[in-house]
Amino acid sequence: MSSAGARAPVVAPPAVKGSAGDLFWPLLAMVLVAAAATALGLWRSWWWALLAAEFTLLVFAAEAFERRLPFKLQRAYQSALAWVFPILALAAWEWLARSAILNPRWFPPPTQIAGALWDLTVNVDRFSGLSLLGRPWLLPSRIAESGWAGVAATFAESHLWATLSRVLIGFAIGAAPGVLIGIVMGLNKTVRAMLDATMSAVYVLPKIAVFPLLMLVFADPFGEGPKVTVVAISAFFLVALSTMAGVQGIDPVLVQAGRNFGANRLQMFRHVILPGALPIVFNGLRLALGTALIVIVAVEFVRSQTGVGFLVYYHWQVLSTPKMYAALLVIMALGVGLTVLLQWLEKRVMPWRT
Amino acid sequence: MNVKVVARGARKVYPSLAGDVPAIVDFDVEIREGEFVCLVGPSGCGKSTFLRILAGLDSLSGGEAFIVPGPDPSRPLNNVVFQEYAVFPWKTVRDNVAFGLQMRGVNARERSRVAEGWLSKVGLKRFADYYPAQVSGGMKQRVSIARALANDPQVLLMDEPLGALDAQTRAVLQEELLRLWEETHKTVLYVTHSIEEAVLLGDRVVLMTAHPGTKKAEFEIDLPRPRDLSTTQSQRFAQLTGAIWAELREEVERAMEAQA
Repeated sequence: MSSAGARAPVVAPPAVKGSAGDLFWPLLAMVLVAAAATALGLWRSWWWALLAAEFTLLVFAAEAFERRLPFKLQRAYQSALAWVFPILALAAWEWLARSAILNPRWFPPPTQIAGALWDLTVNVDRFSGLSLLGRPWLLPSRIAESGWAGVAATFAESHLWATLSRVLIGFAIGAAPGVLIGIVMGLNKTVRAMLDATMSAVYVLPKIAVFPLLMLVFADPFGEGPKVTVVAISAFFLVALSTMAGVQGIDPVLVQAGRNFGANRLQMFRHVILPGALPIVFNGLRLALGTALIVIVAVEFVRSQTGVGFLVYYHWQVLSTPKMYAALLVIMALGVGLTVLLQWLEKRVMPWRT
Repeated sequence: MNVKVVARGARKVYPSLAGDVPAIVDFDVEIREGEFVCLVGPSGCGKSTFLRILAGLDSLSGGEAFIVPGPDPSRPLNNVVFQEYAVFPWKTVRDNVAFGLQMRGVNARERSRVAEGWLSKVGLKRFADYYPAQVSGGMKQRVSIARALANDPQVLLMDEPLGALDAQTRAVLQEELLRLWEETHKTVLYVTHSIEEAVLLGDRVVLMTAHPGTKKAEFEIDLPRPRDLSTTQSQRFAQLTGAIWAELREEVERAMEAQA
């Protein structure tokens, strides 16, 4: 009786609360490992193992710290980690490069890369007459001087714009007909039978491989024509095939509902087929954007005097690694920016997807 | 009363490599204007196929099956309430309900007014601006029912509309259907595999044989209207469901043997 009574109230298990030691010991171990390695001169050959050990200890310490935080701060802490850790990693890189544990010739310290980025932005390259962004702060004086030509001069001076315009124009030229053909292939069995196998075969061809052919086809092999076209081709096949998949994937009962409620062909397209295929079309667009960036950078390596791909390659030729890194950073930023743009568009176009 | 739906010697065969497979053979049925007819049969007996043929979503292989057009040509002949809801995920609840009117070129203000009228009748006025993904299965089927009623078809075709819902939601929606029918007195063909649902809702129950489907028996449901869920407690209800089950049982067994 008494034992049953004692068991009845449900007691919450004691909250797991870290003791001070949870946080203290990993931090102490980190310091000790670093000090011992320095004293014994182990960093040079064992830096990778030491970094792994330090990282593991850091994870222990970070988790111990989280346990001591009040519950409502824990989410904020998780997002703070996403910012703080890269900064720590950069600091570690800086230190490793400055103390020549990492060879600064190949892995220049981040501050030097930032300096290179600044250099590329504010200075015009002596040979090409170009800068990274085209020095947009000169825009007011250029417009005052020569009006619209001043705006054009700013764009023409920018490596970033050279790449961005190739990607955007090529993407538009390739994706628009890709969506159209994809819809026709999705709707019409005959067209699908005729094109699907061929398109899938061409799809696996790395599009960069047709670039030499395009240089022959276009009157000016060094001009924008072949560059924009190779981006367009790479976007076209991906978008066409994923649009086809999107149209075929529409729930047939929705098509039947459209018919039963009297939709004509145009209404069917506008109200059922297009919105039904959109999610997968956007999937294709996202993939195509990634491919377009790969292709344009490769093209700029081999046949361009402008663009961020050229920047990487050019600074390899003159062995200026900080500027190579700076150019890589710009390419990353370009990719992130375009992806964010696409996501924004996706939310605008498909508000029903929460 | 006028005959609204007619099927005479209706046949449906599906071609296959092993030869033609009959789905419906020599099926006769008549539905009068304003009558609520339930089509009941074991699974695979072709009852949904017959509904789809009437809806124009499938073709007939022989015989005839048609809806007799009414005097007002602007009213659509039929609209379907599908088992899988079939509401458009990319349209709000309001736009889904207004869909048929939009396809017929009714202006935005008028169709919005009609849609909201039907939404308040099915208790969804508050959810007019929601997307289907944001509402429950029972609500989606209410949207689907409201979409069909808002289009004011001459015949309402319902293909196991409550089949995908849980038992409690189904009971609630059955009462709602009874109430809506009292208001509209539409001509309805209602396909279901539930005898209880058929007896509760219908004026007449048409029983189909197992595959290939044809008419096995017909039952007049003389339960007084208006009905509600308490109707299922009456003795007459039990008699009718018992009588129908006695006929249906051997068909279900045949259907199970055929599938084994």
